[in-house]
Amino acid sequence: MSAPRPQGPFAAPWEAQVFAMVVSLQEAGLFTWGEWAEALGRTMRPDGAGEQAADYGRWLETLERLLAERGVADGASVEARTAAWLRAAHATPHGEPIVLGNDPELAKRG
Amino acid sequence: MTHDHHHHDHDHPHGSDLTPVEARVRALESLLVEKGYVQPAALDALVEMYETKVGPHLGARVVARAWTDPAYRDRLLEDATPTIAELGIGGRGGEHMVVVENTPEVHNMVVCTLCSCYPWPVLGLPPVWYKAPAYRARAVIDPRGVLTDFGVGLPETTRITVWDSTAETRFMVLPMRPAGTEGFSEEALAALVTRDAMIGTGLPLSPGAEIQP
Repeated sequence: MSAPRPQGPFAAPWEAQVFAMVVSLQEAGLFTWGEWAEALGRTMRPDGAGEQAADYGRWLETLERLLAERGVADGASVEARTAAWLRAAHATPHGEPIVLGNDPELAKRG
Repeated sequence: MTHDHHHHDHDHPHGSDLTPVEARVRALESLLVEKGYVQPAALDALVEMYETKVGPHLGARVVARAWTDPAYRDRLLEDATPTIAELGIGGRGGEHMVVVENTPEVHNMVVCTLCSCYPWPVLGLPPVWYKAPAYRARAVIDPRGVLTDFGVGLPETTRITVWDSTAETRFMVLPMRPAGTEGFSEEALAALVTRDAMIGTGLPLSPGAEIQP
Protein backbone atom coordinates (compact mmCIF):
# COMPACT_ATOMS: atom_id res chain seq x y z
CA MET A 1 0.00 0.00 0.00
CA SER A 2 1.37 3.39 -0.93
CA ALA A 3 0.15 6.92 -1.55
CA PRO A 4 -1.43 7.60 -4.93
CA ARG A 5 1.24 8.29 -7.53
CA PRO A 6 1.09 11.45 -9.58
CA GLN A 7 -0.56 11.04 -12.95
CA GLY A 8 1.25 12.47 -15.93
CA PRO A 9 0.53 16.20 -15.83
CA PHE A 10 1.24 16.80 -19.53
CA ALA A 11 -0.88 15.57 -22.43
CA ALA A 12 1.99 15.98 -24.91
CA PRO A 13 5.73 16.68 -24.80
CA TRP A 14 5.27 20.21 -26.16
CA GLU A 15 3.10 21.06 -23.13
CA ALA A 16 5.92 20.00 -20.84
CA GLN A 17 8.41 22.10 -22.81
CA VAL A 18 6.20 25.18 -22.56
CA PHE A 19 5.79 24.67 -18.82
CA ALA A 20 9.54 24.24 -18.33
CA MET A 21 10.37 27.34 -20.39
CA VAL A 22 7.96 29.48 -18.37
CA VAL A 23 9.34 28.24 -15.05
CA SER A 24 12.93 28.76 -16.22
CA LEU A 25 12.22 32.29 -17.43
CA GLN A 26 10.43 33.18 -14.21
CA GLU A 27 13.41 31.93 -12.24
CA ALA A 28 15.74 33.86 -14.54
CA GLY A 29 13.79 36.96 -13.49
CA LEU A 30 12.11 37.77 -16.81
CA PHE A 31 8.75 38.07 -15.00
CA THR A 32 7.21 37.38 -11.60
CA TRP A 33 4.48 34.82 -11.02
CA GLY A 34 2.08 37.69 -10.38
CA GLU A 35 2.91 39.17 -13.79
CA TRP A 36 2.59 35.74 -15.38
CA ALA A 37 -0.84 35.09 -13.85
CA GLU A 38 -2.05 38.52 -14.92
CA ALA A 39 -0.80 37.99 -18.50
CA LEU A 40 -2.27 34.48 -18.66
CA GLY A 41 -5.57 35.79 -17.35
CA ARG A 42 -5.60 38.34 -20.20
CA THR A 43 -4.87 35.66 -22.83
CA MET A 44 -7.77 33.62 -21.50
CA ARG A 45 -10.19 36.52 -21.95
CA PRO A 46 -9.84 37.65 -25.56
CA ASP A 47 -11.99 40.57 -26.69
CA GLY A 48 -15.32 39.46 -28.06
CA ALA A 49 -14.89 35.79 -27.19
CA GLY A 50 -15.79 33.63 -24.22
CA GLU A 51 -13.41 32.89 -21.39
CA GLN A 52 -11.01 30.07 -22.22
CA ALA A 53 -9.25 27.32 -20.34
CA ALA A 54 -5.87 27.98 -18.71
CA ASP A 55 -4.37 25.21 -20.85
CA TYR A 56 -0.87 25.00 -22.29
CA GLY A 57 -2.02 26.48 -25.60
CA ARG A 58 -2.85 29.66 -23.67
CA TRP A 59 0.48 29.36 -21.83
CA LEU A 60 2.26 29.29 -25.19
CA GLU A 61 0.33 32.33 -26.43
CA THR A 62 1.11 34.21 -23.20
CA LEU A 63 4.78 33.27 -23.34
CA GLU A 64 5.06 34.52 -26.93
CA ARG A 65 3.45 37.82 -26.01
CA LEU A 66 5.67 38.35 -22.97
CA LEU A 67 8.80 37.54 -24.99
CA ALA A 68 7.78 40.12 -27.59
CA GLU A 69 6.87 42.72 -24.95
CA ARG A 70 10.15 42.24 -23.13
CA GLY A 71 12.17 42.47 -26.33
CA VAL A 72 13.46 38.90 -26.10
CA ALA A 73 11.96 37.53 -29.33
CA ASP A 74 9.63 39.43 -31.65
CA GLY A 75 6.78 37.90 -33.60
CA ALA A 76 8.64 37.95 -36.93
CA SER A 77 11.63 36.00 -35.62
CA VAL A 78 9.34 33.44 -33.98
CA GLU A 79 7.41 33.02 -37.27
CA ALA A 80 10.63 32.63 -39.25
CA ARG A 81 12.05 30.10 -36.83
CA THR A 82 8.77 28.15 -36.78
CA ALA A 83 8.85 27.92 -40.57
CA ALA A 84 12.46 26.70 -40.38
CA TRP A 85 11.47 23.92 -37.98
CA LEU A 86 8.62 22.85 -40.25
CA ARG A 87 10.99 22.69 -43.25
CA ALA A 88 13.53 20.80 -41.14
CA ALA A 89 10.89 18.26 -40.13
CA HIS A 90 9.83 17.77 -43.72
CA ALA A 91 13.41 17.11 -44.75
CA THR A 92 14.10 14.67 -41.92
CA PRO A 93 13.66 10.97 -42.72
CA HIS A 94 10.86 9.46 -40.68
CA GLY A 95 12.13 8.04 -37.41
CA GLU A 96 15.25 10.19 -37.23
CA PRO A 97 15.56 13.04 -34.76
CA ILE A 98 14.43 16.37 -36.16
CA VAL A 99 17.16 18.98 -35.82
CA LEU A 100 17.10 22.55 -37.04
CA GLY A 101 20.21 21.90 -39.14
CA ASN A 102 18.05 19.76 -41.44
CA ASP A 103 16.31 22.88 -42.75
CA PRO A 104 17.29 22.98 -46.46
CA GLU A 105 17.03 26.79 -46.51
CA LEU A 106 19.63 26.95 -43.79
CA ALA A 107 21.94 24.71 -45.85
CA LYS A 108 21.52 27.01 -48.89
CA ARG A 109 22.34 30.07 -46.84
CA GLY A 110 25.15 28.34 -44.97
CA MET B 1 4.94 -1.60 -59.50
CA THR B 2 4.96 1.65 -61.41
CA HIS B 3 7.10 4.57 -60.56
CA ASP B 4 5.33 7.21 -58.56
CA HIS B 5 5.59 10.47 -60.47
CA HIS B 6 4.84 12.46 -57.34
CA HIS B 7 7.78 10.88 -55.64
CA HIS B 8 10.07 13.54 -54.21
CA ASP B 9 13.55 13.73 -55.58
CA HIS B 10 14.98 13.22 -52.10
CA ASP B 11 16.22 9.80 -51.17
CA HIS B 12 13.85 9.83 -48.18
CA PRO B 13 10.30 9.97 -49.44
CA HIS B 14 8.69 10.06 -46.01
CA GLY B 15 9.64 13.19 -44.12
CA SER B 16 8.82 13.71 -40.45
CA ASP B 17 5.92 15.74 -39.18
CA LEU B 18 5.76 18.48 -36.61
CA THR B 19 2.39 19.98 -35.85
CA PRO B 20 2.27 23.79 -36.07
CA VAL B 21 2.22 24.04 -32.27
CA GLU B 22 5.17 21.66 -31.89
CA ALA B 23 7.15 23.71 -34.40
CA ARG B 24 6.30 26.91 -32.52
CA VAL B 25 7.43 25.49 -29.22
CA ARG B 26 10.68 24.31 -30.79
CA ALA B 27 11.11 27.75 -32.33
CA LEU B 28 10.77 29.48 -28.96
CA GLU B 29 13.01 27.00 -27.22
CA SER B 30 15.79 27.22 -29.84
CA LEU B 31 15.66 31.03 -29.78
CA LEU B 32 15.75 31.13 -25.97
CA VAL B 33 18.64 28.67 -25.83
CA GLU B 34 20.63 30.68 -28.38
CA LYS B 35 20.05 33.87 -26.42
CA GLY B 36 21.10 32.16 -23.21
CA TYR B 37 17.77 32.48 -21.38
CA VAL B 38 17.21 28.76 -20.90
CA GLN B 39 19.33 25.62 -20.93
CA PRO B 40 18.07 22.36 -22.44
CA ALA B 41 19.31 20.25 -19.51
CA ALA B 42 17.52 22.51 -17.02
CA LEU B 43 14.29 22.24 -19.02
CA ASP B 44 14.56 18.44 -19.07
CA ALA B 45 15.19 18.36 -15.32
CA LEU B 46 12.10 20.49 -14.67
CA VAL B 47 9.90 18.25 -16.81
CA GLU B 48 11.21 15.13 -15.11
CA MET B 49 10.60 16.64 -11.69
CA TYR B 50 6.95 17.46 -12.39
CA GLU B 51 6.33 14.20 -14.22
CA THR B 52 7.81 11.89 -11.62
CA LYS B 53 8.52 13.57 -8.28
CA VAL B 54 6.04 16.31 -7.43
CA GLY B 55 2.42 15.34 -6.97
CA PRO B 56 -0.47 14.88 -4.55
CA HIS B 57 1.36 12.08 -2.71
CA LEU B 58 3.31 14.91 -1.05
CA GLY B 59 0.21 16.76 0.09
CA ALA B 60 -1.14 13.44 1.37
CA ARG B 61 1.88 13.17 3.69
CA VAL B 62 1.12 16.61 5.09
CA VAL B 63 -2.51 15.66 5.70
CA ALA B 64 -1.61 12.35 7.33
CA ARG B 65 0.83 14.08 9.66
CA ALA B 66 -1.80 16.66 10.61
CA TRP B 67 -4.26 13.86 11.38
CA THR B 68 -1.83 12.11 13.70
CA ASP B 69 -0.02 15.02 15.32
CA PRO B 70 -2.28 17.74 16.82
CA ALA B 71 0.61 20.15 17.37
CA TYR B 72 1.59 19.78 13.71
CA ARG B 73 -2.02 20.41 12.69
CA ASP B 74 -2.12 23.59 14.77
CA ARG B 75 1.09 24.88 13.23
CA LEU B 76 -0.15 23.94 9.75
CA LEU B 77 -3.32 25.98 10.11
CA GLU B 78 -1.45 28.84 11.74
CA ASP B 79 1.43 29.15 9.25
CA ALA B 80 1.36 26.54 6.51
CA THR B 81 4.48 27.21 4.45
CA PRO B 82 7.13 26.54 7.14
CA THR B 83 5.06 23.70 8.62
CA ILE B 84 4.91 21.95 5.24
CA ALA B 85 8.64 22.59 4.86
CA GLU B 86 9.22 20.58 8.07
CA LEU B 87 8.53 17.53 5.91
CA GLY B 88 10.99 18.69 3.28
CA ILE B 89 8.19 19.85 0.98
CA GLY B 90 8.15 23.27 -0.62
CA GLY B 91 9.49 25.41 -3.40
CA ARG B 92 8.14 27.22 -6.41
CA GLY B 93 4.41 27.74 -6.52
CA GLY B 94 4.17 27.32 -2.78
CA GLU B 95 5.96 30.36 -1.42
CA HIS B 96 2.86 31.35 0.56
CA MET B 97 0.58 28.43 1.31
CA VAL B 98 -2.60 28.55 3.36
CA VAL B 99 -4.24 25.38 4.64
CA VAL B 100 -7.96 25.46 5.44
CA GLU B 101 -9.53 22.74 7.57
CA ASN B 102 -12.77 20.91 6.88
CA THR B 103 -15.07 20.33 9.84
CA PRO B 104 -18.61 18.98 10.17
CA GLU B 105 -19.75 22.63 9.93
CA VAL B 106 -17.56 23.93 7.09
CA HIS B 107 -16.38 22.34 3.85
CA ASN B 108 -13.66 24.19 1.96
CA MET B 109 -13.12 24.22 -1.78
CA VAL B 110 -10.30 25.83 -3.78
CA VAL B 111 -10.44 27.53 -7.18
CA CYS B 112 -8.40 30.04 -9.14
CA THR B 113 -10.90 32.35 -10.78
CA LEU B 114 -8.20 34.26 -12.73
CA CYS B 115 -6.30 31.36 -14.30
CA SER B 116 -4.96 28.19 -12.69
CA CYS B 117 -2.95 29.09 -9.56
CA TYR B 118 -2.45 25.88 -7.62
CA PRO B 119 -0.19 24.71 -4.77
CA TRP B 120 2.42 22.92 -6.89
CA PRO B 121 4.70 21.65 -4.08
CA VAL B 122 1.93 19.65 -2.42
CA LEU B 123 -0.36 18.77 -5.34
CA GLY B 124 1.81 18.91 -8.46
CA LEU B 125 0.30 20.52 -11.55
CA PRO B 126 -3.47 21.02 -11.77
CA PRO B 127 -5.85 18.66 -13.55
CA VAL B 128 -7.51 19.79 -16.76
CA TRP B 129 -10.89 20.48 -15.13
CA TYR B 130 -9.30 22.86 -12.61
CA LYS B 131 -8.15 25.03 -15.53
CA ALA B 132 -11.50 24.98 -17.36
CA PRO B 133 -13.83 28.02 -17.42
CA ALA B 134 -16.74 25.86 -16.23
CA TYR B 135 -15.09 24.99 -12.92
CA ARG B 136 -13.68 28.48 -12.37
CA ALA B 137 -17.09 30.08 -12.80
CA ARG B 138 -19.29 27.48 -11.16
CA ALA B 139 -17.16 26.87 -8.10
CA VAL B 140 -18.04 30.39 -7.02
CA ILE B 141 -21.70 30.53 -8.08
CA ASP B 142 -22.80 26.99 -7.27
CA PRO B 143 -20.21 25.11 -5.19
CA ARG B 144 -22.76 22.60 -3.94
CA GLY B 145 -23.72 21.76 -7.52
CA VAL B 146 -20.05 21.26 -8.40
CA LEU B 147 -19.64 18.92 -5.43
CA THR B 148 -22.67 16.93 -6.56
CA ASP B 149 -21.07 16.57 -10.01
CA PHE B 150 -17.95 15.24 -8.27
CA GLY B 151 -20.10 12.74 -6.38
CA VAL B 152 -19.78 14.52 -3.05
CA GLY B 153 -22.97 14.92 -1.05
CA LEU B 154 -22.67 17.02 2.09
CA PRO B 155 -25.26 17.52 4.81
CA GLU B 156 -27.42 20.60 4.18
CA THR B 157 -26.12 22.02 7.43
CA THR B 158 -22.51 22.02 6.21
CA ARG B 159 -21.50 25.45 4.97
CA ILE B 160 -19.27 25.60 1.88
CA THR B 161 -16.46 28.14 1.74
CA VAL B 162 -14.68 28.76 -1.58
CA TRP B 163 -11.08 30.04 -1.55
CA ASP B 164 -9.64 31.87 -4.55
CA SER B 165 -5.98 31.00 -5.08
CA THR B 166 -3.67 33.60 -6.59
CA ALA B 167 -0.04 33.69 -7.68
CA GLU B 168 0.79 34.98 -4.20
CA THR B 169 -1.45 32.82 -1.97
CA ARG B 170 -2.28 29.20 -2.74
CA PHE B 171 -4.76 27.19 -0.73
CA MET B 172 -4.89 23.53 0.21
CA VAL B 173 -7.72 21.78 2.03
CA LEU B 174 -7.12 19.67 5.13
CA PRO B 175 -9.93 17.12 4.84
CA MET B 176 -11.58 15.39 7.79
CA ARG B 177 -10.01 12.13 8.88
CA PRO B 178 -12.25 9.24 7.80
CA ALA B 179 -13.99 7.17 10.44
CA GLY B 180 -12.60 3.74 11.17
CA THR B 181 -8.96 4.75 10.83
CA GLU B 182 -8.02 4.67 14.51
CA GLY B 183 -4.53 3.31 14.94
CA PHE B 184 -3.64 3.68 11.25
CA SER B 185 -0.03 4.55 10.48
CA GLU B 186 0.74 7.82 8.71
CA GLU B 187 1.55 5.86 5.58
CA ALA B 188 -1.78 4.04 5.69
CA LEU B 189 -3.60 7.32 6.25
CA ALA B 190 -1.76 9.06 3.40
CA ALA B 191 -3.01 6.37 1.03
CA LEU B 192 -6.57 7.53 1.75
CA VAL B 193 -5.90 11.15 0.82
CA THR B 194 -6.79 11.92 -2.79
CA ARG B 195 -5.83 14.95 -4.82
CA ASP B 196 -9.47 16.05 -5.02
CA ALA B 197 -9.83 15.78 -1.24
CA MET B 198 -7.08 18.41 -0.95
CA ILE B 199 -8.75 20.69 -3.54
CA GLY B 200 -12.07 20.21 -1.75
CA THR B 201 -13.88 18.62 -4.69
CA GLY B 202 -13.60 15.19 -3.09
CA LEU B 203 -13.40 13.41 0.23
CA PRO B 204 -10.72 11.03 1.48
CA LEU B 205 -11.21 7.38 0.66
CA SER B 206 -12.75 5.09 3.25
CA PRO B 207 -10.52 2.43 4.80
CA GLY B 208 -10.39 -0.57 2.49
CA ALA B 209 -10.87 1.57 -0.62
CA GLU B 210 -7.24 2.63 -1.05
CA ILE B 211 -5.90 3.00 -4.53
CA GLN B 212 -3.76 -0.06 -5.10
CA PRO B 213 -0.35 0.58 -6.60
